[in-house]
Amino acid sequence: MAAVVLALCVLGGWEALVRGGGVDALLLPAPSQVAESLWTDRALLGPDLAVTAWEVLAGLAAAIALGAALGVGMHVSRSLRRALRPLVIGSQAVPVPVIAPLFVLLLGFGLAPKVLMVALVCFFPVAINLYDGLRRVDPAARKLLRSFDATRWQTLRLLEAPAALPATFTGLKVAAAVSVIGAVFAEWAGSDSGLGHALLTANGQLETARAFAATLLLFLLAVCLYGLFALAERRVVTWAEQP
Amino acid sequence: MPTHLEARVTVPRDADGGLSGVALTEVSKAFGAVRALDGVTFRAAPREIVAVAGPSGCGKSTLLELVCGLLEPDAGAVVSDPAVLMPQRDGLLPWLSAQDNAGLALRVAGASKADARASAAEHFAAFGLTGFERSRPHELSGGMRQRVAFLRTLLAGKPVLCLDEPFGALDALTRMQMQQWLAGALAREPRTVLLVTHDVEEAVLLADRIVLLSPRPGRVLQTLEVELPRPRVRTDAAVQDLRERALNALGSVA
Repeated sequence: MAAVVLALCVLGGWEALVRGGGVDALLLPAPSQVAESLWTDRALLGPDLAVTAWEVLAGLAAAIALGAALGVGMHVSRSLRRALRPLVIGSQAVPVPVIAPLFVLLLGFGLAPKVLMVALVCFFPVAINLYDGLRRVDPAARKLLRSFDATRWQTLRLLEAPAALPATFTGLKVAAAVSVIGAVFAEWAGSDSGLGHALLTANGQLETARAFAATLLLFLLAVCLYGLFALAERRVVTWAEQP
Repeated sequence: MPTHLEARVTVPRDADGGLSGVALTEVSKAFGAVRALDGVTFRAAPREIVAVAGPSGCGKSTLLELVCGLLEPDAGAVVSDPAVLMPQRDGLLPWLSAQDNAGLALRVAGASKADARASAAEHFAAFGLTGFERSRPHELSGGMRQRVAFLRTLLAGKPVLCLDEPFGALDALTRMQMQQWLAGALAREPRTVLLVTHDVEEAVLLADRIVLLSPRPGRVLQTLEVELPRPRVRTDAAVQDLRERALNALGSVA
């Protein structure tokens, strides 16, 4: 409720500012103009949204697979942990705008470089949160399972994996929120469709309202993905106290 | 005052179906510079209930972990039949239902989820847990959680139970009820029990023998035989008398 009121206030103030002539509508379109563009350019933006959504979903799926493998692998094997940790952390230090054109050069204008870019941005929060979750298991519960003579695999399956689920969902929600950034940068580096591409062309044609409309769709895409993971978390992590 | 007073040291080894109970001989254990246990010697015959009482931080939990084989002693020998641990604060897994928690050891032993659940649920009536089979731990009262944890420990099927402050987190009234309940449960299902507690009265009510440990590093101050008939009542003069003796022994070093 508070979020709705705040949004309405911001939108109202914004609209008043632009209509009152405080800002050039070419630089900052009024919310009503953005809404209008969203409707009139729907035939243009709709397919772009579908393209970007597909890139993001495929990239997230790859990120979850990679992040899960790395998180569990680093937890289970000390040598894997030592070998991979610098690489995993270093991968996040590489600036996305620098690496995106390289991916396009290597993989072409198709889906592959976008999926790879999204996966690169998103695997890290998944891997690190899962890894931390697996490590931060109640020591008493570990002792309990050891006194049952549980094997390493049983401890992972019966204790560590369920205990790590809340942290993993935190990682997934972070990944969902940042996933669209990866897709947009990859599209900017070389693409003929997608919301990132739409953003670029709209900017080039000074169609500011359409650029804002594309941004709004990216925003909504990220919010929806986050919401999906939050919903899944509620269904799966039923033992923790819900806020 | 003697530091080692062992009354029943010579328990015949194979008197009880090949079980030998628990024997600690001059056991020492340190964690870095902190000496937790220093030359601790005592034993528990098969199906005997031995309480280990002492102040906080005297290495009582370490002692149980040694018996369960979770730690190795620095010096001395720990000989025990297979032992299972009931950790402090129940150690129930929050994502499992009561019956799945109770059947956890069975799953580790290789039973299917359904079989472990069914075997655990069979005992719920006897443990006063009927109707709570599917409840998660946070939906149970403190006393019920302890009963689920105790059932889980029993179902591990090991001859030695190591109970670490099983009622430490409970309010006084629930603790009293649970002590009576545990006395009854152990009378029905006798096992070798090491009961770690800082509550001397609890030790007197439940145990056949009480090992009193000093503050860190834990040494055996005295071993008290509790040769009182069961069921024991806390207001009974003999119980009170023994409680005073134990407290005096502990207090004389504090």
